[in-house]
Amino acid sequence: MNDHEEFDDIPGTTVFTTKRSRQGFQLNQFCMSLMKPENRERFRGDERTYLDEWSMTEAQKQAVLARDYNAAIAEGGNIYFLAKIFATDGQSFQQAAASMTGMTSDEYAQMMLSGGRSPEGQRSIKEGR
Amino acid sequence: MARITAGVATSHVPAIGAALDLGKSGSDYWQPLFDGYDWSKEWIAKEKPDVVVLIYNDHASAFSLAVLPTFAIGCAERYAIADEGFGPRPVPEVIGHADLACHITENLILDEFDMTIINEMSVDHGLTVPLSLMFGQPEAWPVKVVPIAVNVVEYPQPTGNRCFELGKALRKAIRSYDEDLNVQVWGTGGMSHQLQGPRAGLINSEFDHEFFDQLVLDPDTLKKVPHIEYLREAGSEGIEMIMWLIMRGALGKKVKELYRFYHVPASNTAVGHLILKPTK
Repeated sequence: MNDHEEFDDIPGTTVFTTKRSRQGFQLNQFCMSLMKPENRERFRGDERTYLDEWSMTEAQKQAVLARDYNAAIAEGGNIYFLAKIFATDGQSFQQAAASMTGMTSDEYAQMMLSGGRSPEGQRSIKEGR
Repeated sequence: MARITAGVATSHVPAIGAALDLGKSGSDYWQPLFDGYDWSKEWIAKEKPDVVVLIYNDHASAFSLAVLPTFAIGCAERYAIADEGFGPRPVPEVIGHADLACHITENLILDEFDMTIINEMSVDHGLTVPLSLMFGQPEAWPVKVVPIAVNVVEYPQPTGNRCFELGKALRKAIRSYDEDLNVQVWGTGGMSHQLQGPRAGLINSEFDHEFFDQLVLDPDTLKKVPHIEYLREAGSEGIEMIMWLIMRGALGKKVKELYRFYHVPASNTAVGHLILKPTK
């Protein structure tokens, strides 16, 4: 199995590899279940009980409950799956993305209006470029 | 025989669909984006394609992690609109061209592209937003669609080279279909964007403009760009642009660029749009 050191060299980025897909399988399948309105309703009604129906790790459940998407990704979550959670919350993709950057939604929106985050210094930790 | 008359590339950002569906397309934020597609809408109304072979990626809608095909083709008569967590988009259902799709499938597989065959699926914003951008909000879509879904969600995505070669095989398959059909091939997704982690919001307009130029003039160089370069330069989700290479492969050696549009931002993403015509 490749260990993909070069992926870890990209700042602030987690590449969703086959290994991570295994790690996050239950978490991501839980997210898929939120595509059904009746499941969204049950989840909203009692999040913890709903999560306990899935064989997810406690860390995965805590990440969901806290809406800590960086933590969810560290536990094997994939952003397109996690999107079902913030869609259920009525949150936009931009608000969810902002929450992972340490910026406020307004600061992040302003950065995007000004052309987005520059790739300068964001390509490689080792090479500092 | 079926003819490939044009190639279209466009981003497929979900917020664009939401803006249209919620009547916000005339807002200060969205109008410049939709204006960029006015020329395209007029063009396609005159072109009147019969079928669009639409290359896109599913975003955890039809495919969970239970089964994740690398290349899949839809052979169904119709496709329902997916509920991505906020109810299905209020757009018409997508009508397939099952007979052409079956012909393409057989030809691709015998040409050694081992496609996954789909006979039932719902389609998400990856497929419906490009239709909305090109056709607006009609009662029914004015084209039939053959969807080709590419895994860009989980690494390793197919290589740029494999995508380009698939496009070439697709060209042969479409052009051997024994009915006079006006077929367009669309490649969707991109351009630079990152939706996750502290680096979210990355946009690299220099990379995007080079990608445009090379896609038109030098796809043989572009197809060799490795995964790591997309990841570093175009953001973790920028790798969707490999799907544009399938479209480009389907157009043959030389193309004429009819239209180009680039806009930042749509939500987290750089929107790119290109219309190409194959030349002899």
